[in-house]
Amino acid sequence: MQSPTAPQPHITVTGLTMAYGSFVLMRDLTFSINRGDIFIIMGGSGCGKSTLLKILVGLKEPAAGTVLYNDVSLWEVPPGERDLILRRTGILYQSGALWSSMTLAENVALPLEQYTGLGPRDIRELVSLKLALVGLAGFEDFYPSEISGGMRKRAGLARAMALDPEILFFDEPSAGLDPVSAHLLDELILELRESLQATVVIVTHELASIFAIGTNSVFLDVDKRTMTATGNPNDLLRETKDPSLRHFLTRGEE
Amino acid sequence: MSAETATSPTKAAAGQELARPDASTLVVRFGGAFALGLALPGLEELRGALEAEPRPARLVFDATDLTRWDSRFLVHCRKIMDLARAAGVSVETAGLPAGALRLLELAAKVPERKGAARTATREAWLARLGGRSQAAWQAFTEVLDFLGEVTLAVCNLARGRAVMRRSDFLALLHSSGAQALPIVSLISALVGLILAFVGAVQLVAFGAQIYVSSLVGIAMIRVMGAIMTGIIMAGRTGAAFAAELGTMQVNEEIDALRTLGVSPMEFLVLPRLLALVVMMPLLCIYADLMGVLGGFVVGVFMLDLNPAQYLAATWDSVALANFWIGLVHSAVFGVLVALAGCYRGMHCGRSASAVGQATTSAVVTSIISIIIATAIITVICNILGI
Ligand SMILES: Nc1ncnc2c1ncn2[C@@H]1O[C@H](COP(=O)(O)OP(=O)(O)O)[C@@H](O)[C@H]1O
Ligand SMILES: [Mg+2]
Repeated sequence: MQSPTAPQPHITVTGLTMAYGSFVLMRDLTFSINRGDIFIIMGGSGCGKSTLLKILVGLKEPAAGTVLYNDVSLWEVPPGERDLILRRTGILYQSGALWSSMTLAENVALPLEQYTGLGPRDIRELVSLKLALVGLAGFEDFYPSEISGGMRKRAGLARAMALDPEILFFDEPSAGLDPVSAHLLDELILELRESLQATVVIVTHELASIFAIGTNSVFLDVDKRTMTATGNPNDLLRETKDPSLRHFLTRGEE
Repeated sequence: MSAETATSPTKAAAGQELARPDASTLVVRFGGAFALGLALPGLEELRGALEAEPRPARLVFDATDLTRWDSRFLVHCRKIMDLARAAGVSVETAGLPAGALRLLELAAKVPERKGAARTATREAWLARLGGRSQAAWQAFTEVLDFLGEVTLAVCNLARGRAVMRRSDFLALLHSSGAQALPIVSLISALVGLILAFVGAVQLVAFGAQIYVSSLVGIAMIRVMGAIMTGIIMAGRTGAAFAAELGTMQVNEEIDALRTLGVSPMEFLVLPRLLALVVMMPLLCIYADLMGVLGGFVVGVFMLDLNPAQYLAATWDSVALANFWIGLVHSAVFGVLVALAGCYRGMHCGRSASAVGQATTSAVVTSIISIIIATAIITVICNILGI
């Protein structure tokens, strides 16, 4: 669509194998996520999308293969350096994962308190801005249990953005939301990406989101236990001959 | 926030200049970097310029010299815009970087929810007192409610209508019975040992060391065995019940049972109650034996008593009534520990720290009620003369 300059890889995955013990989920994953991409990890339920995300954000070690962040291998550097890389990422977990005993403001403030050394007033102002960005102005003193699921997702997004990350990861952002809220969340992600110049990685199987906002993607095939395609999802839909990818992208109607 | 945030080597601190190109315009010119970890310019000068005569009519931004910016720049701009608006000066945002402009618009898009923000209020002491007593009354009625529901569940069980899974019950029997044996052995043997030591100091002075056996036997079997198992089980199993049910409350698992039409009282509380009522007396008998064994070790190896004589003296001095009284104690404690744990778990709040509070108060409630129950049973036994 755009990018007159050559795309710059932000994350490069090579020969990745993911496994739980001796149970191999996926092998030979090789793809790269470019700067400014909205990168979709797609595939059926249980194929290992969340697991792939956990490996990308440093929560789970891969069984084999490398993950490069700007040419630095995430799993081969000392843990201290890994933390520095990961501090420039923000993650929205599948169920929000807000800390239930803290208010929304305290949830968003914790990363700022940990890593910026700003005073309480500056933090309070930044927190209000982040909450306003996700449409939750005025909900600073609410606890996660007092707001709806969609609001919890958005509060999770505000927390993920707290440290102005270069890469934002989303695990099924629209799962459990009504179509209108899901669409609004997509718009929000798109808008934030445009204005923050961030790279966005989304795990989803919502076709509407995939085609509306994805600029690049990887498809994980459950049966073949590996990836079978990567590229812009709209191009994939037009060009692919692979029956299981076609089946997935057309919701089994073709 | 821009992509070069972390990599840019420039360390030029944020700068802000004010200019008045004509009488009606105030220009705010930004320069350098506005980012996390850098000092930002103050707003006093701007506040002065907004009030200065002749009053400016509009405020214009100029960000051509801005090298990089992130969220703190947005916060700064929002403050400037709020100040200008308060001074009745109109703001033209066109001079801001395109990305910042879009984010500021996004932040202003959803208006602040009126009435959502909370303010701390201080109540008069009378109101606070009233609030406290209402809360205490409500807690009391909740306990009564809970006891009523448990009674109903037990009645349903007696009529064979309670919904409860056999496998749950068996697992609970295992975890609150067999798995508690090691710690019960250790504690009650040591308590028997301590009782024997303390008693021996006095009794040896009269040459009456043989009575150590009766002292340990009666104390352990009549009440100490039951109390020690009760306290162990309060810390071990009552706390586990509260944490487990509390976590289920947080995850809406209990709501899921209710909507399914399954009574959580029958499905969750009943098996726990039964498991402890069955297991506590058994554990208590075991603790009695271990306690007597502890005393036996002291009697035989320290006081050089004859083993057979020691056991015979224990057998003779401990009346069967003591044994039954111990069992009654432990059955009562089983009910109390199970109820305290389940009640705190079922009334847990919906956060991780609420689970912690529920667990703490389960243990405190169990131990207090164990001690109170012991006092009551002792008084009753005294009146009945047993
Ligand atoms: N902690 C775990 N231990 C063992 N197997 C797991 C674990 N977590 C997930 N799995 C297995 O890995 C597979 C993929 O899980 P997941 O990555 O959550 O799938 P997805 O997010 O694509 O639905 C599932 O089949 C699941 O059984
Ligand atoms: Mg998942």
